[in-house]
Amino acid sequence: MWDYTDKVMDHFRHPRNVGVIENADATGQVGSLVCGDALKLTLKINKETEVIEDAKFETFGCASAIASSSVLTEMIKGKTLAQAAKITNQDIADELGSLPAEKMHCSVMGMEALEAAVQSYRQGGKPVVFEQESEKIVCHCFNVSEEAIIKAIRTNHLTTVEEVTFYTKAGGACGKCKGEIQKILDKVNACEVPATASSPEKKFADLTIVEKIKRIEKVLEEDIRPQLNMDGGSVELVDVEGMTIKVRLKGMCSGCLAADATLKGFIERVLKEKLDPAVIVEKA
Amino acid sequence: MKLIYLDNNATTPVAGAVFEAMKPYFVEKYGNASSMYPLAAESHHAMEAARKQVADLIGAAYPDEIIFTSCATESDNTAIFSAVRSFPTKKHIITSAVEHPAILHPLRYLKEHGYQIDYIGVDKQGRFNMSQYKEALRKDTALVSVMWGNNETGTVFPIAEIARLAKAHGALFHTDAVQVIGKMPLDVKNTAIDMLSLSGHKFNAPKGVGALYVRRGTRFTEFMMGGHQEKARRGGTENIPYIVGLGKAAELAKARADNKDTLAKMAALRDRLQEGLLSKIPDSKLNGDPDHRVPNTVNISFGYVEGEAILMHLNEYGICASSGSACTSGSLEPSHVMRAMGVDFQFAHGSVRFSLSEDTTQAEIDKVIEVLPGIIENLRKISPFSRLKK
Repeated sequence: MWDYTDKVMDHFRHPRNVGVIENADATGQVGSLVCGDALKLTLKINKETEVIEDAKFETFGCASAIASSSVLTEMIKGKTLAQAAKITNQDIADELGSLPAEKMHCSVMGMEALEAAVQSYRQGGKPVVFEQESEKIVCHCFNVSEEAIIKAIRTNHLTTVEEVTFYTKAGGACGKCKGEIQKILDKVNACEVPATASSPEKKFADLTIVEKIKRIEKVLEEDIRPQLNMDGGSVELVDVEGMTIKVRLKGMCSGCLAADATLKGFIERVLKEKLDPAVIVEKA
Repeated sequence: MKLIYLDNNATTPVAGAVFEAMKPYFVEKYGNASSMYPLAAESHHAMEAARKQVADLIGAAYPDEIIFTSCATESDNTAIFSAVRSFPTKKHIITSAVEHPAILHPLRYLKEHGYQIDYIGVDKQGRFNMSQYKEALRKDTALVSVMWGNNETGTVFPIAEIARLAKAHGALFHTDAVQVIGKMPLDVKNTAIDMLSLSGHKFNAPKGVGALYVRRGTRFTEFMMGGHQEKARRGGTENIPYIVGLGKAAELAKARADNKDTLAKMAALRDRLQEGLLSKIPDSKLNGDPDHRVPNTVNISFGYVEGEAILMHLNEYGICASSGSACTSGSLEPSHVMRAMGVDFQFAHGSVRFSLSEDTTQAEIDKVIEVLPGIIENLRKISPFSRLKK
């Protein structure tokens, strides 16, 4: 038995604004019979002020899907399109008190229908079916794109595959994409940490010579020179051949007895760590 | 508000007589059945009496063919892993596409570990595909595990025939009989069934106790490894009060299953509910095999509406039922049983199961027939798909 708040049950039992607005200025739809939940949102919008004067919905789905749709229509009425467009799925859930974690995708559906409706208005009122923008579909059972998953992770600070499933339904059926969802989670959550070095998307070995130089320079500038500077030295990039990076030590480092140790033990170690374990650093 | 409990396939109340039988074994008769004094002997004798009662319930030839477990999930896991450990060279298992997760999940694990699993399909009415099964049987089939009655639709499979064919191919045969206990007479000794799982709480024993039948002479490897309990087939101190409860409940269930009038009365009320709903609600249809079904179960799909929403509205009348809808389970897709039967999505999401008990009354059934049409109508009013069919 789900733990539904009184407000969820109230909106489920007595849904507000049920129906379809005739000659609506905007029509947004999301979901399908296959998915098990669907929402059609129609809006009456004042062309001068862009204020949403009326909103109606039709929903196929469980109690929380109906409640999310109902409360959404109440939330957006009287708001301008710009204000309404800022509503997130979390706002919808908050308005209902809360939703069980497993049901968060119902609030996401509300947000998506609203997005589609806003787009519909911009296109002269032609009905718009919410579609994942990206080409890349991760979950084929529920047709969930990588972008939708990334958005859900960022908006709701998700950390586990199970949470992603609760919010987007991705991975909820056959489960084949769970590995891929984990990878997306790893990637997004790694990016959330303010990174010093850019997390290398492309392998170092596959970069063009110019890209390689840029990446090397970045590491030299951020991670290596500040250290050398403290000892009154520095380093200069001379050449790149495949995985071999040729550098020249400068300042105090150039004549230092420990120059070889600095080159291999520090510069090469850092470059291996930041770029690729296969890189070799040599004295030019 | 008086509860109208029509979810007896999910669980049942503990019968008063069962609870009474259990009571002395908590505070007074607490002996460990393995110990060597009269207090322990009392526990031991109570347990052996229960073993006999459970053996009688399913028509086992010998009480020692009954192993007490904690639940049917444990019984199912034990049967599967016993079969593969006892026949390590056989790497093939056959099951059906509509099994309980207690079968499907261990088999998925085995599949990931090199076993080949064949899932026998069902037709639109949920009937077992016998010809597909015959073709699937192989020399290296270690185990065939097919449920006796389906929990969602109540469909009863021809287990005697399925077991006979398994035996003819030298494979072990196991059946999850959880949903048929107390709903039809059973006589395993005259079948080729090697192992059978049952669960106490589905027939008025408490939750947390079950049993596995293992025919004498069947190769067996224990699942719960530990002490010598249950003739070293299931380690762990025996749960005497619950085993006593299971025994008493078995006695009651056997009386029910052997009483044609009780079963017929239950079936008549079930059919009344089925006819009432199908005739009053447009775009509704029966799921399952109407001719081979346990007498207490009916599963109906209501097109273009979602099951959880139906259940939530039924709650307001105190009516308890279940749905194969995605939203009522942790999973997000409609039940694998509905999908295996090829039920269309617009119907699969709106399936509702009613499961009666022998205490269900006509007044209760009529109440459901009275309120449900209005609930479906209201939900269809707010569904964007209800116009599709027009």
